[in-house]
Order: sequence, then structure tokens, then C-alpha cells
Amino acid sequence: MKFAVIVFPGSNCDVDMYHAVKDELGEQVDLVWHDADNLDQYDGILIPGGFSYGDYLRSGAIAHMSVVMNAIKKAAEAGKPVLGVCNGFQILLESGLLPGAMLRNKNLKFICRTVELSVENNKTMFTSSYEKGDKIRVPIAHGEGNYYCDDETLAKLKENNQIVFTYASDVNGSLSDIAGITNEKGNVLGMMPHPERAVDDLLGSADGLKLFQSIVKHWRDSHVVNA
Amino acid sequence: MYKVKVYVTLRESVLDPQGKAVQQSLSSLGYNGVEDVRIGKYMELQFDDTVTDVEGTVKEVCEKLLSNPVIEDYRYEIEESAKQ
Repeated sequence: MKFAVIVFPGSNCDVDMYHAVKDELGEQVDLVWHDADNLDQYDGILIPGGFSYGDYLRSGAIAHMSVVMNAIKKAAEAGKPVLGVCNGFQILLESGLLPGAMLRNKNLKFICRTVELSVENNKTMFTSSYEKGDKIRVPIAHGEGNYYCDDETLAKLKENNQIVFTYASDVNGSLSDIAGITNEKGNVLGMMPHPERAVDDLLGSADGLKLFQSIVKHWRDSHVVNA
Repeated sequence: MYKVKVYVTLRESVLDPQGKAVQQSLSSLGYNGVEDVRIGKYMELQFDDTVTDVEGTVKEVCEKLLSNPVIEDYRYEIEESAKQ
């Protein structure tokens, strides 16, 4: 399986993401600059965290106008896995690939620590290696992770099981403690916590690795004969 | 030439934690009469003469980029300005 890690000016978790895939997952991966107009050769798209374009205007607002976003939308429509982490999640929200928006954390502080998440839905291509209800430890590092959407959207997210990860306790004020959601089709996941920073016990937790393994498993099941 | 002033604020239905902190701070300074504070953004756009539909363009850029309709409202003022 071949992954693309999209790099914007101001991305700063791109190299972590690259190494998580290359060294811990053992799959092929390229760093791809934001002006790429074609991602056809990639089986999975990873949008890393950071502060693309300095978070000017709003987090992710400028990045979502980039050339590469058209190629990302095309990959999403084709059913390929698209994962946005932290600023990557904010970019997916701005682009409309995922519903809702991010507000400043309730306590107005940048929060940087490892938190406990609950796996709410393990029937996705991103979470099939977890059990429903699993408690996993994954780091967060954000100032704007306070997820917001209108009541109608929230009801829809719940009804379609699009809420994949929640914080085990209130961290930043997010509605329904939402930490990660998918699109309706289930192939685009946005999450504020950083699974790429939790892929080895040496990093304090290896609980994020199963997320990447789930993606590969899903791809193998549909692309490799006798998988 | 037109100068356009754009104001972007969080929608009334959305909690503004920054505004709330400022309101509390004002209150601790003794300004108890300040009931609510909402924080927003102010932008100035300078249009040249090549833009024929200024108002239409302003609405378009506000909806596409300058504001996020999920959480924000915008309003604008268009002023004619002399050539520099």
C-alpha cells in the first residue's frame, strides 16, 4: 500500500506521519507538496498536523484553497482512505469534506498532553483493529479543537455512527466530547489526537498503530488476492 | 475604486470563549455594566476599477474564504474611495 503525506507551508507533523508509516507500519510513503494536482498513484492520503499558512484567518482556511485539495476530493470520492490529523482535520472541515467547525478550546489554552479516547465505532476502515469501547492513549496538541456543529448535523453524526473517537472526559469543550468523525461514506476520518505520535512504546503509547494497521488491512482485503 | 470593510463575528448561537474571558476581565476591573463581549475580525479590502460587481464579489469572497458559515456571520460596508 502506498501513502501520500501532504505537506503545506507550516505543516510540522509531516515527518512524524512519514516515519509512522515507513518505520512502524512498514508501508510505502511519499511526502507530497501542496501544489500536486494528481494523487492517483496513492492508495491512502494522510493530511498531517501543524499550522498550515500560520493558521492565518482560521485554522486550515488558506490550505483548503490549495491545488492539492482537488486531488484529495477526487481520492475521497473514489473511496480511498483520507485521514486528517489535527490541522489536517481542520483542513477537512474547512473544505467541507467533513461537517462542522473548530472553535478555540473552552479554557482558551493550547493543550499538549496524552489523553484517553474511547473507540465509539470499530466498524470503519480506520478502526477495525480496535474493539468497540476500547480505551486508547493518544497525545493531543491543539489550541482550536473544540468541535462545533449545529444540532441537526450532530443528530446525523450520531445516527450514522460517524463519531468514531470521543474523549473519555471533557478536554476542550467539544460537543459530545467528539475527538474524531468520519464522512457519511466512512472513508474520510478527521481527528484532533495524533495517532502518528503513538506508534511505539518508546513514544509512551503504541495505541495509535492499530489505526494505520486497520487502513492497510482494509486495503489488502480489497486489493490483494488471498490476503 | 472601492474600499470594503468586512466584519466577521461568531454567530450568536456559538459560544465565544475569548469574548467571555474579556467580559470577565472587564468585570474584575469594575466595569460591571459590560454584559457581553463578542470578539471578531475586521478586514479592509481595496477594489480597483476592474471589478464591476463589487457587492456580489464581496459576498462571494466572504462566503468562500473570509468567513466560515458554520460558525461565523459577516457584514460589510462599501465605500467609494479616491484613487491613490
